Amino acid sequence: MSDLKRTILFDLHLELGAKMVPFAGYEMPVQYPMGVMQEHLHTRTRAGLFDVSHMGQILLRAPSGKVADAAAALETLVPVDLLGLAEGRQRYALFTNDAGGIDDDLMVANRGDHLFVVVNAACKDADEAHLRARLSDRVGITAVTDRALLALQGPLAEAALAALVPAAAAMKFMDVLVADSSCGELWISRSGYSGEDGYEISVANDRAVEFARLLLAQPGVAPIGLGARDSLRLEAGLCLYGSDLDTTTTPVEAALTWAIQKARRTGGAREGGFPGAKRILAELASGPSRLRVGLRPDGRAPMRAGTELFAAETGGAPIGSVTSGAFGPSIEGPMSMGYVAPAHAASGTAIWGEVRGKRLPATICDMPFRPTTYKR
Amino acid sequence: MKYTEEHEWLRIEGDLVVVGITDHASEQLGDIVFVDLPAAGTTVSKDDEAAVIESVKAASDILAPLDGEIVEVNEVLADNPGLVNEDPTGDGWFFKMKIEDLSALDDLMDEAAYKKFIG
Repeated sequence: MSDLKRTILFDLHLELGAKMVPFAGYEMPVQYPMGVMQEHLHTRTRAGLFDVSHMGQILLRAPSGKVADAAAALETLVPVDLLGLAEGRQRYALFTNDAGGIDDDLMVANRGDHLFVVVNAACKDADEAHLRARLSDRVGITAVTDRALLALQGPLAEAALAALVPAAAAMKFMDVLVADSSCGELWISRSGYSGEDGYEISVANDRAVEFARLLLAQPGVAPIGLGARDSLRLEAGLCLYGSDLDTTTTPVEAALTWAIQKARRTGGAREGGFPGAKRILAELASGPSRLRVGLRPDGRAPMRAGTELFAAETGGAPIGSVTSGAFGPSIEGPMSMGYVAPAHAASGTAIWGEVRGKRLPATICDMPFRPTTYKR
Repeated sequence: MKYTEEHEWLRIEGDLVVVGITDHASEQLGDIVFVDLPAAGTTVSKDDEAAVIESVKAASDILAPLDGEIVEVNEVLADNPGLVNEDPTGDGWFFKMKIEDLSALDDLMDEAAYKKFIG
């Protein structure tokens, strides 16, 4: 794994007994001695600390010093209302391409006089290049390479972070805050990707190990690897870019229309004006040709990514396929996410998934598979 | 107890051979969430896919360790696949086989050889 990058927490992961695997060009912890299942359940009942430093952190600052100018520039790349994003708030967004597909998903925060953006690890170089190519004449683009990113998730996350940063307790879901701490300046958002209440915290690399140790010393906080991160996000119905979303998936197909606010839709104040707007607005009006859905296998066998889906137990062409599938430790059963033709997408529809040559019954269901516990 | 390079164990019980996976395999696979067992009465040849186990990480095939007939399967695993993690060499057994030629077991590893094999 010599050509893989490491995060600043690498040695701490080894000390904690992590099993390291290659992920998005980094050597990352897939699990600790607790194991994937217990790590998942621990996050749901206590609190989990995740190293997400492999993700990209980018600052967008307009020469005018006005956040609205940075927001207006970024709006040309995403179908999201960023001028309507209040100071101290964060919003989910998508980089779309000219064909209406999704090049990455990201979080955008309004930090008063500039925007702070967090993008996926596997896409961060391409995202930065895309931003520079399209926006460099309008905004300054700074890739933040001297800071780590931690996620603290679960019912005990608030108490754990508030012990170090009292102001964190008053934050609501998707609030962002820059706060001083004994480990220097922290960039905190009340968000995450587990379906639990919690935070993502950016901390300077040279204070990150110290900060992680302080969090791990709080009651109920345990380190959690990528294995549980995946089952947690799937139970929460959240997409993994590269699996459930890719350059050929439109936001409408992906059932992410909630991320496209009224201002950017047909008839809105800033209608269109993002890559692929023609196709995306047309699909908003008349529907897509496939739709992302959740499904629960009726039996215990997981239907994993690539499983073909059918409308009947025998015969017929596939109506879609699974893009993520696993066992959900909190729902104590298998769960999958995938795409089907809209005619089969209604909750409660019986379908079949072909597992090892056998068609097994499953039922389309609403997501999340487990209710989220965000602090709204 | 005898062992295969596929990390299965075999234990002679009367005229039958009980088959399961080793502690080492169970640890490597992680939490097991589903076991797809063959039907009793299935005739298998060595290295046929006899069963499938799904862990939180992935699906793995369990190969028939020898030629023979599967005469009984551990039905409890259908509802409690975690037994394979809790007690892989005891209650977490997979199936019992009738082997034509028990001397075929002599070609498999004994415990000392298996321990060396997994290093």
